Amino acid sequence: MKFTWFHMQGYRDLPQDFEKRFESVWVNPPTDELCDPKKVAQYLNWNLDELDYAAQMGYDGVGTNEHHQNGYGFPTSPNQTGYYLAKSTKDQAIVILGNTLPLYNPPIRSAEELAFIDCLSGGRLVAGMPVGSPMDVAHCYGITPTQVRPRYYEAHDLIKQAWTREGPFHFNGKYTKLRHVNLWPKPLQKPHPPIWLAGGGSVETWDFAAQNDYLYSYLSFNGRAAAKPLMDGFWEVNDKAGRDSNPFRAGFAQIVFVGETDAEAEKLYLQHARYFYSKSLHVAKQFAMVPGYSTAKSMKHAIKRADAGGVNPFASITGIQNVSWKHLVDESKKVIGGSPATVIDQIKDLAADLRVGHVILLMQLGSMDHELTKYNTRLFAEKVLPHVRDIWEDQWQDHWWPKGARRPKLPASADRVAA
Amino acid sequence: MKAERIELTLKSGLKADVLKKGEGAPLVFLHGRLGRHWDAYLDELAKTHCVYAPLHPGSQDADELLLLDAVSDLVLYYDDVLRALNIEQPVMVGHCFGGMVAAEYAAYFPDRVRKLVLVGALGLWRDDVPVADIDSMNPDLIPATLVNDPRAAGVAQLFAMPADPAFIGDLMVARVSMTAAVNHFIWPIPDRDLRRRLYRVTAPTLLVWGRDDRFVPLVYATEFSTSLGNAKVGVVDNAGHFPHMEQTRETAAQTLAFLH
Repeated sequence: MKFTWFHMQGYRDLPQDFEKRFESVWVNPPTDELCDPKKVAQYLNWNLDELDYAAQMGYDGVGTNEHHQNGYGFPTSPNQTGYYLAKSTKDQAIVILGNTLPLYNPPIRSAEELAFIDCLSGGRLVAGMPVGSPMDVAHCYGITPTQVRPRYYEAHDLIKQAWTREGPFHFNGKYTKLRHVNLWPKPLQKPHPPIWLAGGGSVETWDFAAQNDYLYSYLSFNGRAAAKPLMDGFWEVNDKAGRDSNPFRAGFAQIVFVGETDAEAEKLYLQHARYFYSKSLHVAKQFAMVPGYSTAKSMKHAIKRADAGGVNPFASITGIQNVSWKHLVDESKKVIGGSPATVIDQIKDLAADLRVGHVILLMQLGSMDHELTKYNTRLFAEKVLPHVRDIWEDQWQDHWWPKGARRPKLPASADRVAA
Repeated sequence: MKAERIELTLKSGLKADVLKKGEGAPLVFLHGRLGRHWDAYLDELAKTHCVYAPLHPGSQDADELLLLDAVSDLVLYYDDVLRALNIEQPVMVGHCFGGMVAAEYAAYFPDRVRKLVLVGALGLWRDDVPVADIDSMNPDLIPATLVNDPRAAGVAQLFAMPADPAFIGDLMVARVSMTAAVNHFIWPIPDRDLRRRLYRVTAPTLLVWGRDDRFVPLVYATEFSTSLGNAKVGVVDNAGHFPHMEQTRETAAQTLAFLH
């Protein structure tokens, strides 16, 4: 299994009564009232330090994504972070998850920047290509909802051609028309860096992954139990398309909190989980569900599942301000948390339940400070990673990992596990 | 008598779905963002006119939108529909987004429109009095923004849910698809430079507005009137964005007085 330490790069000091005073953490939380550039200066430095620390601790990948006007994460240009990480790390995959393709105009901007990171890092780039959330694409960047997917498919086509075809060539798309596509440089990895899709339950994304042999990652904050029907849906589409059941085809985002004991984990992290679920995920429904963003097919699928959470992973949850650790960890299984032994068991469950080879670890959440983040990161590296990172590796080959990445050494303080 | 339903495949390959009722001079009614509802207002108009009410394309089959990129495509679509039905020189009545399309049609084809009636029409923009951002509004607040009394008999059908829960899903998908197909042409701000084309409209125009329109405020009636020249404004009291459904008798009377 591959473990990518992933930074959402969010705001760590939203006011105590944030969710009562403001309708949404995303799109329209007033910047002048809530987003202090002096604090952001501090966070951005912490964010990069935490990613570097994760690299030192031996995680397989480091990564970030793209969001806009969003208190839970505002990595507005993930390629800037990726460029830094390409230089500051040596072995890790640089997992950019990813560039929201409909927002790049023309989309060769994305093709160029990702190729830069791939070259600078020696072929360690994972190129994530999400469609983008309705909040980012429709509300923050003003893309017509019914054009999001057509723009996405066309941008993907252009980028892939730019990476793989002999240039220069012309591209006559509906949204982008170019006489001279001639990328300087092309990516180092051939034929191109691994492409990861990121989804929230749209059936079209499963089809697209199966058609193109791409990795599908389900970006959820709701844990393995809620994800099960969705990942089953992905695997069903994958099987029907005649693809093998290689678990490295799939990724899953998971919140993980490690303490010395179960009790210590609860004591250290519960307040931050509450902050995250009550404030960071406080997204107004009119922003999360935009007419035209989901196809009628996906809407009907969601209704059939009677699981709005599957389509909108950002739905805030009533009463979550006082949610218990037991509910988060044991009942809903949203969070993986506890002593190293507890966490090892839950990671093994996750791998088996969802059949995923890639875990996108969410270990800095909302209000967590720098020191606690490092503590969580170190404990997991020392006491969990050695016990779980060989899962699947002896049975399946990971074709979705960058060719230039190497499995990093764990810290000397890590548990020794017999080969 | 119920309206007759006409289904057509146009030369473009796009489909048309048109409700028709009445005898007399042709009148085309273009509906707004909440969809097509054959209501008492259309019944009133159908007493003296042959009323055609086409359904906005792409609202049932979203793939149709791939062939309709801009308002100009939509204008040509409706011209295809009118020609296929041999409708010449109709009165064009448009509500909300349909008003924007009717005005565009009258600007593109000024010789083909006898008279123009715009009811709470979208299409213009003033920074100091913006058209309300319905799409960013808590859905629970939308009905009371659009009409004065969401439970009034004339408008209840716009917001009602079916009694049988088995049909709620289908209705939700249909409503969302309609909004999506309308927003396709106007997201995120309903201004596609109609103002600079309005000088081309030659049809005498009536602007019917609910005095309490909180979606497209009354000031937009004046905006249209100023740009059009040959236009007059009719204000309907005790009505919001749906005067033809909230105050049917008054709105129909003003419309018919203008048409006769």
